[in-house]
Order: sequence, then structure tokens, then C-alpha cells
Amino acid sequence: VIEHLAKLASLELDPKEREALEKDLQKIIAYVDELQAIDVEGVPPTTSMGGPSAMRADDPEPSLTIGEGFTVPVVIE
Amino acid sequence: MNAIEIAESVRAGKTSALEIAEAALSKATEKERLGAFLFVDPDRVRARAREIDDKRARGAVLGALAGVPIALKDALVTKGIPTTAGSKILEGWIPPYDGTATQRVLEADAVIVGKTNMDEFAMGSSNENVAFKPCKNPHDESRTPGGSSGGSAVAVAADITPIALGSDTGGSIRQPAALTGVVGVKPTYGRVSRYGLVAFASSLDQIGPFASNVRDAARLLRTIAGRDRHDATSLDAPLPDWEADCDKGVRGLRLGVPQEYFGAGLDPEVEASVRAAIARLEKSGCTVRPIELPHTKHAVATYYVLATAEASSNLARFDGVRYGLRVPARDLHAMYGATRDKGFGREVKRRILLGTFVLSAGYYDAYYLRAQKVRTLIRRDFDAAFNEVDAIVSPTSPTPAFRLGEKVGDPLAMYLSDVYTLPASLAGLPAASFPCEAAKSGLPIGFQAIARAMDESTLFRIGAALA
Repeated sequence: VIEHLAKLASLELDPKEREALEKDLQKIIAYVDELQAIDVEGVPPTTSMGGPSAMRADDPEPSLTIGEGFTVPVVIE
Repeated sequence: MNAIEIAESVRAGKTSALEIAEAALSKATEKERLGAFLFVDPDRVRARAREIDDKRARGAVLGALAGVPIALKDALVTKGIPTTAGSKILEGWIPPYDGTATQRVLEADAVIVGKTNMDEFAMGSSNENVAFKPCKNPHDESRTPGGSSGGSAVAVAADITPIALGSDTGGSIRQPAALTGVVGVKPTYGRVSRYGLVAFASSLDQIGPFASNVRDAARLLRTIAGRDRHDATSLDAPLPDWEADCDKGVRGLRLGVPQEYFGAGLDPEVEASVRAAIARLEKSGCTVRPIELPHTKHAVATYYVLATAEASSNLARFDGVRYGLRVPARDLHAMYGATRDKGFGREVKRRILLGTFVLSAGYYDAYYLRAQKVRTLIRRDFDAAFNEVDAIVSPTSPTPAFRLGEKVGDPLAMYLSDVYTLPASLAGLPAASFPCEAAKSGLPIGFQAIARAMDESTLFRIGAALA
């Protein structure tokens, strides 16, 4: 499982670290498994916090200029 | 001088911002061993202070934080000042913009002294998950200042700056405030814009103030709060005069004492101190009654499912392409993997993997969706309690500051130390930690008050009554 998760998360792990993390995760997942015993029948999930947010007007405003933003590596030679 | 005194003095021209800044800089140097700061640029601080003094000399009326030295948690994005969120993966990144909270303290004429130490990406409760250097509690340097906003708490507790900003996802302002003996406020979710806060768990993160006293915290919160068009979750609600609330007293307030926050694992001295503070509030005119928050015991599990899920998504952006660290490799995917392996510390990897697990096919319903439902149950507990009381009072942390190294090898034990701060975060409620009577050892103890959404006023009234 851990190898699959590491791949999904784009994390390269050396074998020693993978082993340590696997042990930690087993313990933590065993702990959070207490959630399975709670009766949540008919309870809606909390999917967002705060009130409904209105759409704002789509007006242009000043932004970063070229040279102020990110520098990314050349990917096309 | 506290923050309000400094601001009034600088506005009146009795003190220069530069003198104040010099004093803060020399204290920062004198107390460097505490590890409160990750970045201080004295020349920049002086230049900024001169700017404030010049502004006054030109006849301008200065803002509410005129010349006040402030420390910012390194998760707050600052234009032209390195911002790492405590991670090697962001080392060397110099943001091209100011976050909204940063911008608002600058508009109020505050002077940013530096960026403070923190657990990497705010993931930790002891400021020990660090990529750069440890942070120590000024009351006992062998002990943790708490986390994740440990450096901001220490900057205030060690009197380097009178105020600081931190961020609180599951207790990261309140717990270090408690462990270092200062005031820390987590506002209602949405009260303060998260624009320019390096994201950990977006449905939980809030920026909030640290201060040596309640009124300074009220002024700082007022400065940063309010609607911001750059954060769709920021609330468009009136901002009360929280400083004035500090003078209102607590007569008639109904306090609820949740039995679940006084159970096994609570240090007897912490319990005695908090109960004594409750008795003082009762003498000042509050009524006190026991209440029940029956889903409290599930808050730790719920939080660590939801927060890690959100973190695994938020931290996907750190891929070596856009920010900071980049580890060259044979192809793009190998570069991502190598950069993230080298850039993230152990706890961050642990949480990304856990979050990836709870969101992955086959486990989503059993973990993530189920935790979202339990979150609803936790919120309903508070809704029911607030039909009967105006504030819920408890310890902030089950123990005073623990020893550095004591829990760092056992992530689960560390998570369990957040048991009293997590529920209010999951419910999006405002909550604060105020100092109450210290332990015999001299270690500070924190008193937590939780109020209804948008009712920070009640927190400030309680905090002022305890001072």
C-alpha cells in the first residue's frame, strides 16, 4: 500500500524511511479507525465552511507583471 | 511598552519608530538562542521604521499600529522577504506579493521585524518538526514553546515584539500561547482573509494575533479582519470594536464547562488553575453550568483525517517547478519525486501519505466522507451547547509545556496533545487562550474560551476579566 500511496503523492522514499512511515501510518490508521464505530446514518457531511460566497464582478485589476512572478525551468529545448 | 502604548506614543511624536525598532532588534539579537526567528533583516527593519517617522514628519496621521514591531509566522507571505513556511522545499523563495494580513498590518504602519520559526507547513504541536533550527520556551529552555506557531509565541513571550501573527489550523495559535503564557486568538473561520497564507488545511486555517495583553490582541485582530475579495471564504460582516469590548465586563455571561475537557490525561495543576479562573469569572458575575459535548472524543481522529486530506492536496503544488527547491532528475516525474523527497520533512511526508490514503479509491467513503459527517456531529454539539451558554471554557492544553524530544518520536501522542483545541477548529468557531495562574514550576497555563461564530467580542470580555 505504501508504495502505491507514495506514487500517488509523488514522493520518492528511500527504503528505510518507507519502512518507518509504514509503521507510523499503521498506528495512526488503527487510531482513526474509531470513526467506523460512530453512527452517522442520515448525517450530512460538512463539505464547506462559512456562508455562501457571492460571485464577484469579473473586472480586470492590476496583477503581477512579467518578471515579477515565477521562474520555471525550460522544458522545451 | 505594549503595542497600543507604542502606537499612541509614535503617533503623538513622543517616540520615534526607529528607536522602537532598534530596541526590538537588540532584543532579537540578545534572545537569538531561543530560535524565535527564521529571518531578520535589520537594515530593512530600520528603513521601514524611518519610513514611518518620515510619514509622520510630513504631517500624515499614522495608523493603529504606528511603529509597532510585529513578528510574522513564516507561513505568511511577505513581498521581498523570504517565506519558507518552515520547509526546505520553499528555501530561497522570495514572494512577489504581500498576503492580505501582511498588507493590512503594513497599512496600519506596523514594522515587520522578521519571520518566525514554526513547524514545517504548520504541521506539529511542539515546533520540533523543523527544517532549520529548534525553538525554545523562554520559561524553560529545555521545553517546547508549543506549535506550530512557536516562534510567534516566543517573540511575544520573550518580549522581543509586543505582538505577532500566527496561524491556527487545529490549535497552532492557542496551544503555543498557552505554553508560553501569552494571549492567542483564533478568529471565526472566515474572519481573516487567508490570501497569502501558505495553505495547510483550507477548511480550518485561520490567521490570528498573539499579544502580551488582551487589548493589543483586539487591536491587531481588528487591523487584519474583514472581507477580502482575494479570499472567497472571507466573511463580509461588520467588525465590532473589540478594544471597547475589553471594558464591558462579564456580568451576565453564561459559561459552559464541558465535562469532556476535564477527563483523563488532564494535568491536576492545569485543572486547578483553570477551575480557579472559572471561579474568578463567576465572582465577576458570570453564571457557570456543566455542559456536554459528546463527540469531543472523536475530534482527534476526525481532524487528522480531514486536515491531512486537505494537506495532501494543498501540498501538491510544491513540485520543484514553481517555488524554491528543485532537485534535477532524468525526467519530470523523477524530478517531482526527488524534490519532494528532499524538500519535505518526515512529519510532512507522514501527513501527505495519510491524506493520500484517506482520499484514495476504496478508502474515501470509510475515512474522508465519514470524517466529514462526524465533523457535522461535532458542530451540532456546539450548536446545542450555545443554545444554553454564551461561551465554553476549558484548559487550552492538557499539560504545561512538555520537554523537547519527549513526544517527537511518537506522532500519535503528539496529536493527542491537541485534544482541547481541535473541536473549535472543526466547528469554525472563534477561540482564544488567555494566561491563568502558572504551575508551581513557573510554567504558564492557558485558559481556553470558545464562543459562537462571529462572537469574538465575548472572548475579549472574558480575557479582559481574567487579566
